[in-house]
Amino acid sequence: MRTLFSRNRLVNLRNFPFFTAISYLVYFILYVPLVLVIIYSFNQNRTAQIWTRFSTRWYTDVFTNTDVVRSLKNSLIVGSAATVLSTLLAIAGALGLLRMGRKGSTFALGLLGAPLIIPEIVSAVGTLGFFLFVGIPLGHFGLILAHTAFCVPFAMLPIRARLVALDRSSFEAAADLGANEWKIFTWITLPLLAPGIMAGALLAFAISLDDFITSFFIAGPGSTTLPVYIFGMIRSNVTPAINALSTLLLLVSGLTLILSYALSTRTQDRK
Amino acid sequence: MTLDLSLPTAHDDSEAPGKTSKWLAVAPMAFLSMTVAIPLIIIFVYSFLARPELGAGVVWKFDPTHYVKIFIQDRLDGTRSFDTRYLKVIWNSFYYSGITTVATLVLAIPIAMWIATRDPRRRVLLVFLVTLPFWTSILIRTYAITQLLDEKGVLGKIVSFLGYKGHFQILYTPTATVLGLIYTFLPFMILPIYASAERFDFRYAEAGYDLGARKMTVLFRIVLPQISPGIMAGVALVFIPGLGSFLQPDMLGGGKTNMIANVVANNYGQARNWPFGSALSVLLCVITLVATLLLSVAARKRKAKRV
Repeated sequence: MRTLFSRNRLVNLRNFPFFTAISYLVYFILYVPLVLVIIYSFNQNRTAQIWTRFSTRWYTDVFTNTDVVRSLKNSLIVGSAATVLSTLLAIAGALGLLRMGRKGSTFALGLLGAPLIIPEIVSAVGTLGFFLFVGIPLGHFGLILAHTAFCVPFAMLPIRARLVALDRSSFEAAADLGANEWKIFTWITLPLLAPGIMAGALLAFAISLDDFITSFFIAGPGSTTLPVYIFGMIRSNVTPAINALSTLLLLVSGLTLILSYALSTRTQDRK
Repeated sequence: MTLDLSLPTAHDDSEAPGKTSKWLAVAPMAFLSMTVAIPLIIIFVYSFLARPELGAGVVWKFDPTHYVKIFIQDRLDGTRSFDTRYLKVIWNSFYYSGITTVATLVLAIPIAMWIATRDPRRRVLLVFLVTLPFWTSILIRTYAITQLLDEKGVLGKIVSFLGYKGHFQILYTPTATVLGLIYTFLPFMILPIYASAERFDFRYAEAGYDLGARKMTVLFRIVLPQISPGIMAGVALVFIPGLGSFLQPDMLGGGKTNMIANVVANNYGQARNWPFGSALSVLLCVITLVATLLLSVAARKRKAKRV
């Protein structure tokens, strides 16, 4: 029954005019700018778009630039701290939400999802005003606070997805066998949630590393993150060094994504 | 970005995993109240305060005129006149975000349907390829667009190869801003539409063909209404964050195509007029909120109609 229909539907739907062409075009559009950035990064010329010859000088430039190294360090410090904090908060939030009534969970979801809806520029200048108002210095600590805030909803998504899909029987079995709540939590809930927690943490880390607007407003002179530094480079002095740096970052996020993709398909297979 | 966080929850289920307490959620809620809700309140308060004679910041003196100044200009000679500069900026935000929504929709429906009709094993990879660029920093993606659109770049060469003699200038125009927005938001439109398209039962399309409907009739009368939840979600995910765009108009529009976020940033930066920037922030929040409410009401109405 099903195969009979599916054979027909493929024939028919391939025939929607231009759909295949548009799809190829979209994939083309999505990758052309990024491929260009990578190609230009190997251009010897100072003006990226005017090709002279192959060179890796801009990569040497990037690796010997102490400001790049320093801002990368800042990004990693802020990103790791925000990842740990937001993931912990997200676990607590996801578990707590499960036990809330309809009204309570709607309110809680509204608050915990707020960073997704509020325009980032508004929360950025608001956070700047808040920090100056209560006297939090513009530096690593403030950045970690702000990054943790907008990472919580992202970290919570996969954790909640995992949580609602969990099989109840393990918990019932553990309770029947006399395990106390803490034991159930550490021996059953956490291990079962682990893939969701991993995915949430990766998501939070990626979001924190990529953040520009918030960091732009609240990073002090000594805590410039990598995106803020790159933005400064683009503003002041455009050379293929930016392309080289971008290529390296593309490589990192590509590898991270492929890793998490492999992790998620593996856990799905096991299920 | 992602609006719909609502997954099915096990309300008051006594067998919920680990017998956890709802009080666990207090920790993240308290944290976000501090880091998200309080800054919003501060912006609201600042928008009613005066600016200092010199420098940035605020003076604790009630001054409600900032909202008026969005629409009315005080001239140096003491007269007042209607000011369309900021109305233009507000209009720009709606206009650019609107064009972006329509353009991404036109591109996303075909590709979402196309992916949904591929071999199930290939679909995962095809969706992955859509999301891959989204995981790279928005800053780098926007920078990539500047190099693509630059007159010295590939596009300029193609245009002059095709015989165009005039001065090729797309970069630093509103067109570049919109192209950058389309590029950034395309995955946000494709993914929810794909999620709906994947669940579409193609036997409905079969029935349509059997009854003699043509391709376009099937597409518009059967397929599109069925995948409308995905379309609504996509529209919300593109249009609402699109309103608050900052980087694309800044880097691609060359400061000439301001949207609200750029004016907010400028008032917190060089212009050092925090109260005015705050008033515009409040306005942007209100616009975003109203757009969110309208879109969710529309989505709910559609759902109610279908049931």
